[in-house]
Amino acid sequence: MAGERVAVVGVGQTVHRTARKDVSMAGLVREAAQEALDDAGMTWSDIDAVVIGKAPDMFEGVAMPELYLADALGAVGKPMMRVHTAGSVGGSTSIVAAKLISAGLHQRVLTVAYEKQSESNATWGLSVPMPFAAPLVAGAGGYFAPLIRAYMYRSGAPRHIGHLVAVKDRRAALRNPKAHLHIPDIDLKMVEESFLLWDPLRYLDVCPSSDGAMAMVLGSEKVADAAPGPVAWIHGMAMRSEPTMFARRDQVNPQAGKDCAKDVYAQAGVTDPRNDFDCAEVYVPFSWYEPMWLENLGFCAEGDGWKLTEAGATGPDGDIPWNMSGGVLSSNPIGASGMVRFGEVAQQVRERAGDYQVELKTGRALGQAYGGGSQFFSMWVVGNKKP
Amino acid sequence: MTDVFTAHHVIEYPGGYTRSVGPVIGRFLTGLRDGRLLAVTLDDGRVLVPPTEYDPATSAAVAPDADHWVEVGPRGTVQSFTWVSHPRPGKHMLDKPFAFALIRPDGADTAILHVVDCGSADAIRIGSRVAPRWRAERTGSITDIEAWTPLGDGEEPEPATLHVPAEDEQPVVGITVPIRLEYDLTAGIATTRYLKGLGEGKIIGGRASSSEDVYAASRGTDPKSGEPTSIEVEVRDTGVITTFCVVNVPGLSELAPEIPYVSAQILLDGANNTFFGLIRGCPVDEVHMGQRVKAHWADELKPDHTSIQWFEPTGEPDASYEIYKDYL
Repeated sequence: MAGERVAVVGVGQTVHRTARKDVSMAGLVREAAQEALDDAGMTWSDIDAVVIGKAPDMFEGVAMPELYLADALGAVGKPMMRVHTAGSVGGSTSIVAAKLISAGLHQRVLTVAYEKQSESNATWGLSVPMPFAAPLVAGAGGYFAPLIRAYMYRSGAPRHIGHLVAVKDRRAALRNPKAHLHIPDIDLKMVEESFLLWDPLRYLDVCPSSDGAMAMVLGSEKVADAAPGPVAWIHGMAMRSEPTMFARRDQVNPQAGKDCAKDVYAQAGVTDPRNDFDCAEVYVPFSWYEPMWLENLGFCAEGDGWKLTEAGATGPDGDIPWNMSGGVLSSNPIGASGMVRFGEVAQQVRERAGDYQVELKTGRALGQAYGGGSQFFSMWVVGNKKP
Repeated sequence: MTDVFTAHHVIEYPGGYTRSVGPVIGRFLTGLRDGRLLAVTLDDGRVLVPPTEYDPATSAAVAPDADHWVEVGPRGTVQSFTWVSHPRPGKHMLDKPFAFALIRPDGADTAILHVVDCGSADAIRIGSRVAPRWRAERTGSITDIEAWTPLGDGEEPEPATLHVPAEDEQPVVGITVPIRLEYDLTAGIATTRYLKGLGEGKIIGGRASSSEDVYAASRGTDPKSGEPTSIEVEVRDTGVITTFCVVNVPGLSELAPEIPYVSAQILLDGANNTFFGLIRGCPVDEVHMGQRVKAHWADELKPDHTSIQWFEPTGEPDASYEIYKDYL
């Protein structure tokens, strides 16, 4: 990876709920940020710059939230910027923050991502009718469900594969007190009997709508060496995007995702992701996106992702656990969801993941986020040793 | 081509956005409901109104419950102002000329932005003494103060009417804020061309001179090369369902038919991109990938998306997977 070394030196996260009526937006982001500062052994005044991310302003109706939240996040007299790349924003925000350090500009950067979806309705916010545009009559699930059907057709995956992921990630969430959904008796039957929303997607195959925030303090090598606790070194980071629509676009297995993975693996020297990583946190808002991203991220050959899922490879006791925290299927504050992925893998390599800690072998993990019509990708590789 | 379509557009979340305000601002708003201006004293002695949940200089947390709460005002001093000579209905709180002013309540070190109702621009200056005119019915909102009015020497401010709490009244935890975004939108040349075609029962696509790929509807450029799709190409109103889903979620759109319905990606004959369309004219469980479909046009054609109401099966043999496999 080019530039100065960067590490995650503090991580903070709110509890995620359908509605966090107990806090304002400022209170929500401060809850995560304060925890990250405490974890890093720092105070607000130690921070050099703040990078904030969230998904569309339409969700809360606050235009330019970075201005409203600047003093709440201690950015008075400091550089403050906002990042927005749809659902992948939590990942790209982390990367933009890290680049401020790798470029040698700053020593300590606070980065925060959030969404307070309860202030409106996410389905409305994502599909506001616009003049001249073709009306969206099927919602977000109506966009992704046909792609899932195409994946099933291409790969020959049986229908229950998605349900296995839905169960696995909700069971994982039971070990994570901050997860939004806790469904103690979740099982295959419950998923199979849940309401069919967008065939083939059932209610429990779909992520919730959450309020929540994630924060990290990133530090230079000097800062990380002096950190009070373990740190997660960044071994690679990459972003890619592509248009929603172009001739012969592979919408199931997008080129931008493959290119992004190739780039981040090259930086980190990863050649066999299934063996080179101890675990991964990957943006899976609909259950079927686990097998689809297993293929896109090169954890197996194209068409084989569902076989890994079916064999339990991605479970907590599998050889390559995915979404140990419960994933997006268990908590989805959209703007924060990508940073939750990035922060959760940092916690894993710091051995700070509590009841859902995996056993470290390689000491490395992958965080991934995607957004829009599977068109924005951000990824990073973190490790417990210096790159 | 100059006659591109334009439209006036309003974005407004039905019922208004909610704002949970948190315990600190909640206490301030609860104070307004009671007819009092509440402030917090920061560690350095500054008195902040409206209070924030954190010290704006140091970002240290401000505790929601502590003895640092003080009442300020009701008298205040105008720090700065601007005169609004033509208030606009629905946009401003008052329907007569007024001043937007920064008002520092007595006892506070910060100012509140509010309106001053003083009749004429001559009646306000920096340093003017003002006091709130409280509404009789208060809900815990900054507009519980209808306006501030000039206060003569020795004049006593009009006290707020007593707020009689309802039996189950709780502290204020949230507000609703109607937000409206209104603007004019231009369709652009390519979209106008496409929509005009729909009004004539045609599907007009476009391609760039450097490529054979036809886009229907084109946004004006080839997404791969960025070159203008300046070559007009009419595509057929028949095509193949590449993939689809059956929607069982009611109320996703005013335009959605009764559930269950099918939303499909359709590759039109002559086009190199797919677009979303509804499938009707056969039971939902008979819809399948590769099925041949044809547009069902409205009886009355208009230059907008209502002209194609849905697609329905043609009954032709299915397209082979080879034809559409690159479009998934």
